[in-house]
Amino acid sequence: MISVVTGHRLLVAVPFVLVALIWGWLTLERRIAGLPPRRGFFKRNGWPVGIYLILAVALWLLGMVVLPQLFMVELSFRPKLPFNQIGGPRDVYTLENYRYFLFGSPTSSVNWNAVHLRALATTILSSLFITGFNLLLCYPIAFYMAQVATRARLRLLLLMLIAPYWVNEILRAFAFRVIFASAGLLNTMLLGVGLIAEPVDFIGRDIALFSGLIYAYTLLMVFPLYNALDNVEAAQIEAARDLGAPWWHIHLFVVVPAAKAGIASGCTLVFMLATGALAAPLVLGGPSAMWFTPIVYDRFYQVFNWPQGAAYAFVLLVACLIIVVAGLRLLRLNLSDAAR
Amino acid sequence: MMTQLTRGMVSAYILMFFAYLFLPLAIMAIPAFNTSPYPRVWPFDGVTLDWFVRLGNDEAMLYGLRNSLWIGALVVLVSVPVGLAGAVVLQQIDSRIRPLFHLATIAPVLVPGVIIGISTVIYWRELTLSAGTRTLYNGVFLTVMGQSSFISAYCMLLFTARLQRFDRAQEEAAFDLGASQTQVFFGILLPFMRPAILSAAVLAFLSSFENYNTTTFAILADRTLTTVLAGQVRQGTTPAVSALAVVIILITVIFSVLLEWISRWWASRTGA
Repeated sequence: MISVVTGHRLLVAVPFVLVALIWGWLTLERRIAGLPPRRGFFKRNGWPVGIYLILAVALWLLGMVVLPQLFMVELSFRPKLPFNQIGGPRDVYTLENYRYFLFGSPTSSVNWNAVHLRALATTILSSLFITGFNLLLCYPIAFYMAQVATRARLRLLLLMLIAPYWVNEILRAFAFRVIFASAGLLNTMLLGVGLIAEPVDFIGRDIALFSGLIYAYTLLMVFPLYNALDNVEAAQIEAARDLGAPWWHIHLFVVVPAAKAGIASGCTLVFMLATGALAAPLVLGGPSAMWFTPIVYDRFYQVFNWPQGAAYAFVLLVACLIIVVAGLRLLRLNLSDAAR
Repeated sequence: MMTQLTRGMVSAYILMFFAYLFLPLAIMAIPAFNTSPYPRVWPFDGVTLDWFVRLGNDEAMLYGLRNSLWIGALVVLVSVPVGLAGAVVLQQIDSRIRPLFHLATIAPVLVPGVIIGISTVIYWRELTLSAGTRTLYNGVFLTVMGQSSFISAYCMLLFTARLQRFDRAQEEAAFDLGASQTQVFFGILLPFMRPAILSAAVLAFLSSFENYNTTTFAILADRTLTTVLAGQVRQGTTPAVSALAVVIILITVIFSVLLEWISRWWASRTGA
């Protein structure tokens, strides 16, 4: 069995070895193909700038992206131990955190950890719905901005989109609380008009949560969609129109296929961020609302079981990635197309 | 050509879209001026500015604001140079591994912020535990690291867009005149990138300032404005939160108008 200390050393070594292997492979391939060696990196940038570029990118990709993710995954395979036993003889790799996610605590009598499994499924299905809804909501405005609006009008619209974009998620959720609370605006209005006899529990019925989530990610959909549609040739649309295609034909068979990659990237972004939403579920979630991120949050700050929290975070990440990659496969795209 | 009818429908749609965007924010702002102690729009009991005064005296919020400003400034100092380096490397890297490199740099934008926060905390906890020093295990530092991982990617995207318009002939001319690579970088590339650097700095600061998901984990026991705000909103709210929303909306409107104005002025000056 590998000890935790060795495990850590391996983790740090892996990215370095990978980079070295890729570099070696590329040079070898060039040599076999008989191509001249590339102009050296330092020759091209000079030493001071070259060192800055390498250090900055290494700090970023290794120190902020790759190593933290690897350490999180590693911790998810370790048991929860008191502080003085960490790294000790009982700190060995185990699957218990994942077993807990699937089957619940070993002492419980039920077969599956239904609460957590259902929360994950609900989160993913709801996020798919939110993504699709936002796509339909934003497509017309993005198309208008990209293909119809004059330059001056476009600048104004972009400016108007930017201001609400910077209002943070907590305040957006708070806005929906003001609207949907039991003594909120909507209930006051409906009671005043006489449509309802007593306040409707919008928060308990998750109406507030869904509205808040859809609202929160609308703007994240508009910008990628606008970029994607902006790259569609106006002449292509013109040609289809001249050939007598009805408007929905033009959109379905000309514009959408041409902007497919950009649309997919907008949807990927919204889907990933919606599954990871924390503010809206915390502020707008009713007692029965089940979003997965608050459960992860509780592993850390209610149960204080960090390894289990790491396992839950990793499960969420993998589940999202599987959905995204499967969705992209359906559209015959791969992940690097959608990351544009 | 569009008929009168479709044009009318398009205008109606755009109007409705922006009403949908702005109405919730407007509704949220109203309680800030209502004397009612509970944040409500109607009935409107009377006009007051007390909630703004209350906001100005809220020690926790002011403390959080100071931390947020610090973190924002540090994130700008980290993300802008890192994003610039990423954009330059992306341009020079072997075309066969460019998609992989690009994916690695964009990944932090797609990974949910919660997971970035969690992984940052775990990484630095393990690192400082094995190093035997706890000095770097500090909420502000961890938040800067966590936020910079994806904010650097935002900056890189801006720089990449600008770099695509860079005319290599300028570089060549400088080399022909005997300039060193370092001189070319500082004398030609950086001045060309200046407008993008300015927008990247503003973007980085605003992204850091409004972030909640990554921050709430990475800040540990410390607080920023958004985490204080989240605590207050969860605990049953006061109209002071509305007052803060008004302030934030005003600041962002001023910022974005200012940025637009600067970019227009820049475009007219350079004749681009």
